[in-house]
Amino acid sequence: MAITPLSVEDIFDRLKRGKRWDFPGGVHPAEHKTLSNQSEIARVKLADKLYIPLKQHIGVEGELQVSVGQKVLKGQPLTHSAHPFAVPVHASTSGTVVDIAPQVAAHPSGLSELSVVIEPDGIDQWIDLKPLSNYQEMDKAQVVEAICDAGISGLGGAGFPSHIKAQPGKNVEFLVINGVECEPYITSDDRLMREHAWQIRQGIDVLVHLLAPRHVIIAVEDNKPEALDALSVACRDASNYLVCDVATKYPAGGEKQLVQVLTGREVPGQGLPIDVGVIMYNVGTCFAIADAIFSGKPLVERVVTLTGGALNKPHNVWAPLGTPVEHLLSVAEYQPGKQASPRVIMGGPMMGFTVTDARVPVVKITNCLLVPSVDEVRNDNAEQPCIRCSACADACPASLLPQQLYWHSKAAELDKAQDYNLFDCIECGACAYVCPSEIPLVQYYRQAKADIRNQRDEKDKAERAKRRFEARKARLEAEQQAREEKHRKAAEARKQAMQNKDTDKSARVSDAIARAKAKKQQTENVTEPVAETQPKNAAVAAAIARAKAKRAAQTDAEKKPEATVQPSPAHNHESDNDDAESAAQRKQRQIAAAVARAKAKKQQGQDVNKTTPAQHKSDEAGNNEQQSEQDIQRQAESKQQRIAAAVARAKAKKANRQQAQNTSDSDDVTEEKNSQS
Amino acid sequence: MDVLSAPLAIGLLALAFGAILGFAAVRFKVQADPLVNQIDDILPQTQCGQCGYPGCRPYAQAIADGDEINKCPPGGEATIKKLADLMGVEPKPLDAAHGEEDVKKVAFIREDECIGCTKCIQACPVDAILGAAKHMHTVMADECTGCDLCVEPCPVDCIDMVPVTTTTASWRWRLQDHLQQIPVKQVS
Amino acid sequence: MKFALASSPHQRVNRDTGQIMRMVCYAALPGIAMQCWFFGMGVLVHLLIASATAVATEALILELRKKDFERAVKDCSALLTALLIAVSIPPFAPWWITVIGTVFAIGVVKQLYGGLGFNLFNPAMAAYVMLLVSFPVQMTAWLPPQSLAEQSHNLMDAISIIFSGFTTEGYSISQLRVDVDGVTLATPLDAVKTGLTQGKTVSETLGLSIFNGATGIGWFAVNAAFLLGGLFLLQQRVISWHMPISMLAGLALTASFFYLLDSDQYSSPWFHLFSGGAMLGAFFIVTDPVSGSTTRNGRLIFGAAIGIWVYIIRQWGGYPDAIAFAVLIMNMAVPLIDYYTQPRTYGHRSNSSNKGARR
Repeated sequence: MAITPLSVEDIFDRLKRGKRWDFPGGVHPAEHKTLSNQSEIARVKLADKLYIPLKQHIGVEGELQVSVGQKVLKGQPLTHSAHPFAVPVHASTSGTVVDIAPQVAAHPSGLSELSVVIEPDGIDQWIDLKPLSNYQEMDKAQVVEAICDAGISGLGGAGFPSHIKAQPGKNVEFLVINGVECEPYITSDDRLMREHAWQIRQGIDVLVHLLAPRHVIIAVEDNKPEALDALSVACRDASNYLVCDVATKYPAGGEKQLVQVLTGREVPGQGLPIDVGVIMYNVGTCFAIADAIFSGKPLVERVVTLTGGALNKPHNVWAPLGTPVEHLLSVAEYQPGKQASPRVIMGGPMMGFTVTDARVPVVKITNCLLVPSVDEVRNDNAEQPCIRCSACADACPASLLPQQLYWHSKAAELDKAQDYNLFDCIECGACAYVCPSEIPLVQYYRQAKADIRNQRDEKDKAERAKRRFEARKARLEAEQQAREEKHRKAAEARKQAMQNKDTDKSARVSDAIARAKAKKQQTENVTEPVAETQPKNAAVAAAIARAKAKRAAQTDAEKKPEATVQPSPAHNHESDNDDAESAAQRKQRQIAAAVARAKAKKQQGQDVNKTTPAQHKSDEAGNNEQQSEQDIQRQAESKQQRIAAAVARAKAKKANRQQAQNTSDSDDVTEEKNSQS
Repeated sequence: MDVLSAPLAIGLLALAFGAILGFAAVRFKVQADPLVNQIDDILPQTQCGQCGYPGCRPYAQAIADGDEINKCPPGGEATIKKLADLMGVEPKPLDAAHGEEDVKKVAFIREDECIGCTKCIQACPVDAILGAAKHMHTVMADECTGCDLCVEPCPVDCIDMVPVTTTTASWRWRLQDHLQQIPVKQVS
Repeated sequence: MKFALASSPHQRVNRDTGQIMRMVCYAALPGIAMQCWFFGMGVLVHLLIASATAVATEALILELRKKDFERAVKDCSALLTALLIAVSIPPFAPWWITVIGTVFAIGVVKQLYGGLGFNLFNPAMAAYVMLLVSFPVQMTAWLPPQSLAEQSHNLMDAISIIFSGFTTEGYSISQLRVDVDGVTLATPLDAVKTGLTQGKTVSETLGLSIFNGATGIGWFAVNAAFLLGGLFLLQQRVISWHMPISMLAGLALTASFFYLLDSDQYSSPWFHLFSGGAMLGAFFIVTDPVSGSTTRNGRLIFGAAIGIWVYIIRQWGGYPDAIAFAVLIMNMAVPLIDYYTQPRTYGHRSNSSNKGARR
């Protein structure tokens, strides 16, 4: 575009002289703004219930801070998170949390999202507010945190968390305040600028303090002269603030388009405006920031335009976040008879989406509810073949080729669609607006984009699965190798031993015998069922038994040298001898073990007897302890039951499987027979 | 002499072109990804073994060696089509002997029934189950490929395969699902 | 409450395909009127035949393809094709010429390729070329303007000659082409070409009676009328300026260049702009969106190239007029043009980086 990049001052001078750049394409739909911008922003009475979704911005949702039944005050945070992309939501009025459950979301899909349902108590009592009136003396991080804690995310439509933009980490040349509001019908920003220009100015001052931009440009479309005047008056004393009128053309209010119109710069494809030294805030966001800093009020309400031919009283209202659409419709006197079928659009006619349910709540990005009469919208079902007229390409503000995108999206050639820069489409709807064949082009692009995103996610997941699978395989192989190594070493050791056999045969023999004995004893110990679950006494008894066994083993070992002293030619005989010996010893040990067991058992019984009086005592002392003990007992019982149940299930399953196997086996057999025959 | 000149000319030409082609083949050689890798990239990496091979890569190897391309139920028609494109063969319907295409699912362990036997942990091809002996196990839903392999070994049948639900983030803009007006339709 | 769902945008311009096609048809009316005035009522008869054939063919084929033919017929695209065929062929050509041409245009060139929006070639022009190649005699039998002809003729004569080959008074078409001096008259373009082959200079040829000033009688008026219609379309933004202006510019500049080189051998740009189907081509044929280029620069290239081709074929080719050939040639080049004239997307340096990725 610009052959030699202009300096910041040149650009600002140019704007001062009233010159603007232009963006390609664009359309001029009928504005219909006077429908709703004639009266002041009205206050509405509270709805019976407010549905506040936990996530109303781009990013992640916070953790819930309230529970069902809890009383909340207006402005009380409902969520909290330390995540940088998390913005809290607040109670829009005082009342009771009656439910926390998935509710239909303000989303074109009509799917549900986790929401807090608040029943207002009618008092509308604020929580303690902590204004930061002396923000200029405070640490910037503190101010940014206050903005974040106030739950402010972009009110223009995208819902990008405002505090993230407030700490860009780069040099800000232009701070652009977007009051363009280029979509037809919508007048919420218009009214806000007219009525609250001074507070918007305060918000801008806060942002200037945070961002320290070279210049501030406040852009308003030239079809809003009153708003332009109000802002000009409010910003008269600031020399580096410039209120700019922008030629009325849709979508001049798009972030990228406005950057181009004001500075002649283009935001890089995958980049953000800050990459060309620009930061943009919506006027509504500025207003909310001023609210947060100077009165400490979090974002709990916003201006919503209620408009359209099917409303008797189109006007702007302050709607508490979470107010269901049906409530606002009744406020504006909705006339269903004026529509072919009930249809409510959240947002404007170009980019808004149809709400799926009357209970859909107003959220932070809801700037308009458009309820068009039957002659204000076109029938959607009139798609005709594309005649390649390229009206769409002429209208595209991003200089894309909507037609090619359409062919490829429709044919699900997602790679090719991406080659034609599908993801640079801002979904402004200009192409579909001008299409003579009434093709819902944007719908095709959205589907293609969603498909590409899903495919990408799937691909990522597959890649991850592959890596994990390979890592697992490697691990198993390593284990296998380690095992083999061990076996090999053991085998080598055996071999070595075999070689030594001749010289040290008898020693080995006695060794083996000792090993066998020890093993036997060990198994005996283990088979004692008392060991683990018994109380201490039993364990002590078992320990004694083990000690005895050990001693016995030791005596065995002591005997070993005796055995090795006289090398005997009659190998078998000796071993027989040994066996006999060990049998006698075994008997002894068994008796000892049995005695130990019996003792343990007895002691256990005594234990139980003892604990009963103890329990009585503790009964007197306090119920708590006993309860907890009973709890433990119950738990133990239930655990036993569960184990029993699990075992039963396992058995059932085994039986089942065997049966299945049998039948399948027989099936196989019959099949085989069949195939043979 | 005339008789000789024609074959000579042809021969020289052939030699010259041959040299050019040979040079071009060496000079502009494209280093292609080995076929097995390309096939492996197409496969869904569920590692479920429904194809009869112990994982996706072995199946990729098998396809490269000439096995059928229609043995992957998790991949379904889409994968078969891509494989057919890659291998230059006709796509064919999924071989029912290896299972049927199903909605995407992830495993879910009913934790109060889990007895902590670790059998599912050993079965999971992608180590997506956490737990230790005699402690309840749980599935990392993000890592689960929905391969089904953990269901069978569980002695107490406490593993369910739960279909993945659509969220507002993964919604695919299919308005027609709402059984209302269909804004997108087939024309001509 | 059940809400209706729809995808944004919910507002649309009130101009659909049918309206666009109808407006183009209306814009062609002054030109048709002029043709009637100078060359007799034959064009009206052909218009009727062509329209009936086109709509019938379209409906029949759509029925065979099991499509909703009612809406397709309502979009008037077949009617526009019929109109272009009717004004392109000589007014007293036999009826079956129109029928064959229209059936070919709708049935083969348009519907066989997939119907509206899918045809590679401009149906009317493809049909015209097919007719010209197959029936050269009938397709070049243009009558001289009525004021010059020995035999005058009216609507009844026109109908009679189209269906039987003779006027009500029994004159054949070749007799009608003879002027008061007993010389067979051709179109100015024809005459210049014939004159040049006979060794005459352009200015000598222009002395013939069919010429009135720099261009021929009647032809100037017809072209001017089509220009008027074209300006109306531009003003209504039915067509964009790129293709017609670049086509006329391409033609005029090439003609000027050679005219300045040698005015004896080459006729003036003025003559080229207002002869034959130049204006009709520029505003009604080249602007066919379906078979034309779709990018902004592409449309400029497409138009200019057609202008140059028209000049080349008129000057050195075997046929007197060349709009149809030029359009068809450039139709073939459209995918190439589109590919290399993709606009630079907002926020991207250039599209060259993507091109490498695409193959």
